[in-house]
Amino acid sequence: MTKVSFKEKFKSLIDKEAGAYLFLSPYLILFFVFIVLPVIIAMFLSFTGFNAVERPNFIGLKNYITLLTQDGTFMQSVLPNTIKFSLIVGPVGYFLSFILAWMLAQIPKKSRTVLSLIIYSPSMTAGIAMTVVWTILFSGDATGYLNSMLLNMGFIHEPIQWLQSPEHLMNIMILVSLWSSMGVGFLAMLAGVLNINSEMYEAGYIDGITNRFQEIIHITIPSMKPQMLFGAVMSVVGTFQAGAIGVQLSGANPTPQNSGQLIVNHIEDFGFIRYEMGYAAAISVVLLILIWLSSKFIWKILGEND
Amino acid sequence: MSSFEGTKINPDKFHKSQIKFYLILIPLAIFMVMPIVYIFFHAFKPMDEIFAYPPRFFVKNPTLGNFKKLFSSMTESGIPVSRYLFNSILSTAITVIATIFISTLAGFALSKKKFKLKGLIFEINTLALMFVPIAVTIPRYFIIVKTGLNDNFLVHILPMLAMPIGIFLVKQFMDQIPDSLLEAAKIDGATDWDIFIKIILPMIKPVIATIAILSFQAAWNNVEPSNMYINNESLKNFAFYMSTLTSASNDIVGQGISAAASLIMFVPNLIIFIIMQKQVINTMAHSGIK
Repeated sequence: MTKVSFKEKFKSLIDKEAGAYLFLSPYLILFFVFIVLPVIIAMFLSFTGFNAVERPNFIGLKNYITLLTQDGTFMQSVLPNTIKFSLIVGPVGYFLSFILAWMLAQIPKKSRTVLSLIIYSPSMTAGIAMTVVWTILFSGDATGYLNSMLLNMGFIHEPIQWLQSPEHLMNIMILVSLWSSMGVGFLAMLAGVLNINSEMYEAGYIDGITNRFQEIIHITIPSMKPQMLFGAVMSVVGTFQAGAIGVQLSGANPTPQNSGQLIVNHIEDFGFIRYEMGYAAAISVVLLILIWLSSKFIWKILGEND
Repeated sequence: MSSFEGTKINPDKFHKSQIKFYLILIPLAIFMVMPIVYIFFHAFKPMDEIFAYPPRFFVKNPTLGNFKKLFSSMTESGIPVSRYLFNSILSTAITVIATIFISTLAGFALSKKKFKLKGLIFEINTLALMFVPIAVTIPRYFIIVKTGLNDNFLVHILPMLAMPIGIFLVKQFMDQIPDSLLEAAKIDGATDWDIFIKIILPMIKPVIATIAILSFQAAWNNVEPSNMYINNESLKNFAFYMSTLTSASNDIVGQGISAAASLIMFVPNLIIFIIMQKQVINTMAHSGIK
């Protein structure tokens, strides 16, 4: 075989399917190692008892049973907290993203660019960079902004430990998460509203649409359904990912009286503080299933509209 | 058509019917921008203004003192702050460039090449949009230890490169490039590589800008590797250093410094987004899940 013919052969191989895999391979390898494999390992570990030192030993469904029947913290704090947090932050954040995107689409380009930049910017701060603001704003002594303001106005008589008190921590977490939730999904929806063909609206008004609310329901949302779905998935992911916020704000894991404890913190608590890795893995699997179910649910609602 | 006064979406100029939207949007925007403006002021406050009671929002006598203090301070292990910043800049730059390269290559295959597993791979990738890395920190930890990435600078980079949302956006964006264009180039004897470099890449600049921003934000703000996989202090990044400041910032002396560090964390994100926001909106128009 001469060199040239080998080269040609190689070339023709590349021209066929192999070429596609060659282009894909860097991604596929990394995707497998850092995304697929961790999920598989988590599933495997969830059926074992594992303390990170000895070999994992198979214990069947015991972790899951313990989680559902004996883990008081999980059932009484973590699960209700997670449900409350995600039911508020997810839908409210999503609804706000859409409404804001829609309103921004109603104003001229220059002011739209400035305002959307401002609304998007909190999502760039990604937690840590902003913790300093929240700790100062909600600081527990009289020099905290909120405390000094409320003291001055006479609403309270002594400073409140905002970030350390079980009654307030969750609400502050929700507020902060909503503040930073206008991210990629918001931008997608903004682009979606702007991209709807104006003829669609004309046709709609001929068909008897009389007000702007009908316009949103019958034209805007159906026309940008792909972006609505993308935004929904982003807000589900964002909501569950925001889990670290409680620990960041209060500076402790577990959070004071578990008031801000979300599933993500519970995983960290068992995995890296107590070294019960098998059990932590079972919680991870439950979390992944929860995310998947929420997305499926949204898929279903949005899918049935057409 | 009497009730239709032309679409009000994407208007060219101001009209008084828009006032109601401004009345909602502007106060909301002010509320949202407050904490960020606050960081700006706080970072430039001299010590006595940080201590001031009652606390003041605006800065009176701006000073660079906090930044000077930030950069002259050292951690307990004797690592200068500039070292963390250097690590952040280097790892972020490599991550962004490599992510762009990997995502566009994969997106090209998924959008323009024909092969059997194409549909399946794209579907798995769409499913992976829902992937939350923090849910699987434990298995990831084992993988990183087993592959020898712990205490290795590469741990800032490699785990960040597989970005499902990047592949998703590239593929959706490339789908609108007509196949006929590529066929024509092929007839002229161009290889896939030529097509990718000379035709595809110049046409997908908006989506490249978008991936650049997303991966920049992820890499620049990433504390996880320094926190969990790196013991060697000189390999940790600025985001990590920043997080050690905030957890200690209950004492007021640290406040100014951590505000300065926050600003350094935030401003690059902002600048990059301002430069590229047009491209991002352009890309997002094609972001829908169909």
